[in-house]
Amino acid sequence: MQTDDGRESLTTFAPNCAETENMSRFLSSLAILLILAFAGGNSGLWAQDHGHEVDGHDAEHAHTENSDHNHDRTDHEGHDAGDHDHADHGHTEEFVAGEFIIHHIADAHDIHLFGDVHIPLPVLLFIEGEGLQVFMSSAFEGHGHGDKHYACDHGIDYTLHAEDTLLENDVAVVSGGISAQREGQQLTVYDFSITKSVFGMLFILSVMLWMFISIAGSYKKNPGKAPKGMANALEPLILFIRDEIAKPSIGDKADKFMPFLLTVFFFIFFCNLLGLVPFLGGFNITGTIGVTVVLATLVFLLTNFNGNKHYWGHLFWPPGVPLPVKFILVPIEVFGIIMKPAVLMIRLTANISAGHIIILAFTSLIFIFGDGGTAIASGSGMGIFSTAFMIFMYFLELLVAFLQAFVFTLLAAIYFGDATHDPAHH
Amino acid sequence: MELLSILFEIGVGQGLAGLGAGAAAIGAGIGVGRIGGSALEAMARQPEAMSDLRSNMIVAAALVEGVALFGIIICLLVALG
Repeated sequence: MQTDDGRESLTTFAPNCAETENMSRFLSSLAILLILAFAGGNSGLWAQDHGHEVDGHDAEHAHTENSDHNHDRTDHEGHDAGDHDHADHGHTEEFVAGEFIIHHIADAHDIHLFGDVHIPLPVLLFIEGEGLQVFMSSAFEGHGHGDKHYACDHGIDYTLHAEDTLLENDVAVVSGGISAQREGQQLTVYDFSITKSVFGMLFILSVMLWMFISIAGSYKKNPGKAPKGMANALEPLILFIRDEIAKPSIGDKADKFMPFLLTVFFFIFFCNLLGLVPFLGGFNITGTIGVTVVLATLVFLLTNFNGNKHYWGHLFWPPGVPLPVKFILVPIEVFGIIMKPAVLMIRLTANISAGHIIILAFTSLIFIFGDGGTAIASGSGMGIFSTAFMIFMYFLELLVAFLQAFVFTLLAAIYFGDATHDPAHH
Repeated sequence: MELLSILFEIGVGQGLAGLGAGAAAIGAGIGVGRIGGSALEAMARQPEAMSDLRSNMIVAAALVEGVALFGIIICLLVALG
């Protein structure tokens, strides 16, 4: 659409204004869809009553009828709120926003879809003196939010600690972890379980393997011809990374680092997108610091193992700088060797988990205003406002998903370029 | 003295964490606002560079927001544990 006066209105391309007609039809159907979505999403709130167990189940049924995917979190929380029925006075358990948010951000040993539906995942524990123990996480018995126990037939008692259990009795079990005891004695447990995040990562890895192996195969089969299908779709992105990120930053050695940059970009991008998909139990892969620290460590190792003489020389003896300033600059530069990958790690984790927390916080607002089902009117009113904001935040999160992958890759390329920069080309 | 004991009961740590999160938001707002402002100014001076400016603005905004979110994470850690 090359024009000299900028944009052209839609009508210049459609002299019979068919496109504008279609546009208005589309807009009105979108409006109807949104109104139905708000009505449907808030129907669960209308169906709830003063926190009795039976009514809690009614609310669950009302929620399951709702098909709009934007209300996934609302649905999810409605089931959670309806489930809390083992309280003292027969009222539903109070909705604690912090607990709800932490539950959806943190890793877990099963995939909690909705209500009581959990997909159990394998638990792999290496216990000193006992070897490798493998069992499914459905073996843990217990309900609600407390600790869950599993007494296996070898005589070991496992405890799956609740998410808010911090340090307890000198056992370094932090929230959500597993501890094991044999006859009252604590055993040292190394947890290698397939948790929700690990499962998500394995899924993303298999998707990426399938995608890129088939793309590579299609390029080999049709040499010199225009790519079709998936290769056609991903080619602009791959070329964008090579031509806008790698080549300007690294120069002629760009091809050496391209595999890593491509892998890291697509891994982060797809993991971010997976975390945004509703109804799947809330994956938060790149929002956990354990994953991003590995990515940052890889960048750190690659930068420093590929650093040439000039890189290390300039680090410890920056040229063109007066001597007193050198004494200040060199510690900062040395500190920067560690800090630059560390900031990469924090930036990615913080952006992704902050996005998830915002969306969850908007959902929690509905239930805080609705007082757990008692104040229907204020809950619904808040629901409309909150859902609108949530939809906006979802679009922003889609942008952030791509942007954070792009920024991580760009900065990694810049660090690689700094390390391999040949000053003969100044 | 009783007022002080009441205040401490509320959880000064968590209150301060909220304050810190607000300060981080101020920092992010000022930073990204300046980026957006100068980008708009540059676009007004040179409309043909618009797409270049737009992509660089977004990248710079992501970097600045990274620093602000650094602070948010610390406040979150304080508030929740």
